[in-house]
Amino acid sequence: MLKDITLGQFFPGTTLAHRLDPRTKLLVTVLYIAALFCADSFLTYAIVTLSLALAVRISRVGLRPLVRGLRPVLFIVIFTGALNIFYTPGRILWQFGFLRVTQEGLIAAFFMMLRIALLIMGTFLLTYTTSPIHLTDGLESLLSPLKRVRVPVHELSMMMSIALRFIPTLIEETDKIMSAQKARGADFESGSLLRRAKALIPLLVPLFVSAFRRADELATAMECRCYHGGVGRTKLHVLHYHPRDAAVLVLYGALLAAVLLL
Amino acid sequence: MKPILEVKNLSYTYGEGTPFCRTAVDDVSLCVSEGEFIGIIGHTGSGKSTLISHLNALLRPTGGQVLLDGEDIWERPKDIRRVRFRVGLVFQYPEYQLFEETVYRDIAFAPRNMGLSDEEIDRRVREAACFAGVSDEQLDASPFELSGGQKRRVAIAGVIAMEPQVLILDEPTAGLDPRSRDELLDKLSEYHKARGGAVIIVSHSMDEVARVASRIIVMKDAHVLLDDTPRKVFANAALLRDAGLDVPRAASIAAALRQKGIDVRADVCTTQELCGEIMRLAAEKGGAR
Repeated sequence: MLKDITLGQFFPGTTLAHRLDPRTKLLVTVLYIAALFCADSFLTYAIVTLSLALAVRISRVGLRPLVRGLRPVLFIVIFTGALNIFYTPGRILWQFGFLRVTQEGLIAAFFMMLRIALLIMGTFLLTYTTSPIHLTDGLESLLSPLKRVRVPVHELSMMMSIALRFIPTLIEETDKIMSAQKARGADFESGSLLRRAKALIPLLVPLFVSAFRRADELATAMECRCYHGGVGRTKLHVLHYHPRDAAVLVLYGALLAAVLLL
Repeated sequence: MKPILEVKNLSYTYGEGTPFCRTAVDDVSLCVSEGEFIGIIGHTGSGKSTLISHLNALLRPTGGQVLLDGEDIWERPKDIRRVRFRVGLVFQYPEYQLFEETVYRDIAFAPRNMGLSDEEIDRRVREAACFAGVSDEQLDASPFELSGGQKRRVAIAGVIAMEPQVLILDEPTAGLDPRSRDELLDKLSEYHKARGGAVIIVSHSMDEVARVASRIIVMKDAHVLLDDTPRKVFANAALLRDAGLDVPRAASIAAALRQKGIDVRADVCTTQELCGEIMRLAAEKGGAR
């Protein structure tokens, strides 16, 4: 059940979407999100949706993993949709007590739900096609101008890669400890909310202990290999822009411009 | 002998219906009887851990059944905890499951989950601590202050305290130094003699299994390759090597001696037996002189 979490999951591949420079993909995602938030009509939403559909098609990730990524936020999507339907003033189509459905409300709800879905799917596409290492490398490189104002960019990106790296490990560990405590008769699935929260103690204490132990071991291992922050550090894989990166950037710049103008 | 656990045509596939699906246990049948001490051995990924996770209902088989006293353990999924109390499972590196403030309270976790009275819990904790070699002073210590070997004994006591009919241990000696390993194996033998029931240990060390088990199950590629007494299992040296395993050191030394024309018994499998054989030969030679 814990294995269903797809946060930061990466599907290896060799498509254009995979081979783009991670910085390009990050910038493109920012442009895409900007365009998404500027969209306010059927035409502009259609353009943004099409751009995502195109990217999904190129990446060959398939629609299923993307839709699966939506599952955890389904409640929020539905909730926002419902609020928009009932609380937007306008031409009343249907009324029941204090509940009013307006034409404007329906349209606003549709746009809102589409916007959240596109937002989630777009960002998931980024993590599906970019390995966590590339992603943090790209982030570090994009944020490096901030080093001038003493922002520890390298350290932050290192922390991020370590965090991403340990998500699967911790999930596995949680699974293991859960099984071990279940074998001793722990019950995580029934009882009142308070009882269930209490039942988590036998899970959380060992999990924290082991997370600290791992952190300690990792720190020692890094020190043994003479790791020391960002100053003067070089990279094994240096990022390079290619003509295709420029092309994709221009394309998405055009997308944002189009959405703004239309 | 009365069978306690019966495994019938058990199969388990991870991630069924996805591209990552993998069959970890394939059509395995076996029977565990009262009083047995079983060693399950196999190479990494041969399905041993998956198999034992079925015995106390942590995993639900994708095919086949597990019967406890003749009753399918999944017949009443609501009552699944009762199965877990009767089939105690100690995981690999069990010391990572400790969480309570004191050793005593940690060992009492399982009996408390069983809903026993305070006196009964106290009795069980003390008895389990004794079986696992946890001293009285340690009972009041924090489990996080203990050494690795001591923590492991506490964790094992935590399962023994359920007084299970079948005690299963997954690689109980992994990562222990030779001395703690020997002590632990001795403790398990003692426990088995005193308590009866059945004990199953999973290991990939032949020497270890040869020392304590009265029956050995060899797993390879999700199947049971051999299931017999240690002597008969170790007679299949070629099959074992093929499964990525080895015969115990004593057995391979005996085989090498016999190749040199020295007449040691063919079915030697523990160091003790080998020593006995060598002493016997030495005595014979001394007598002949």
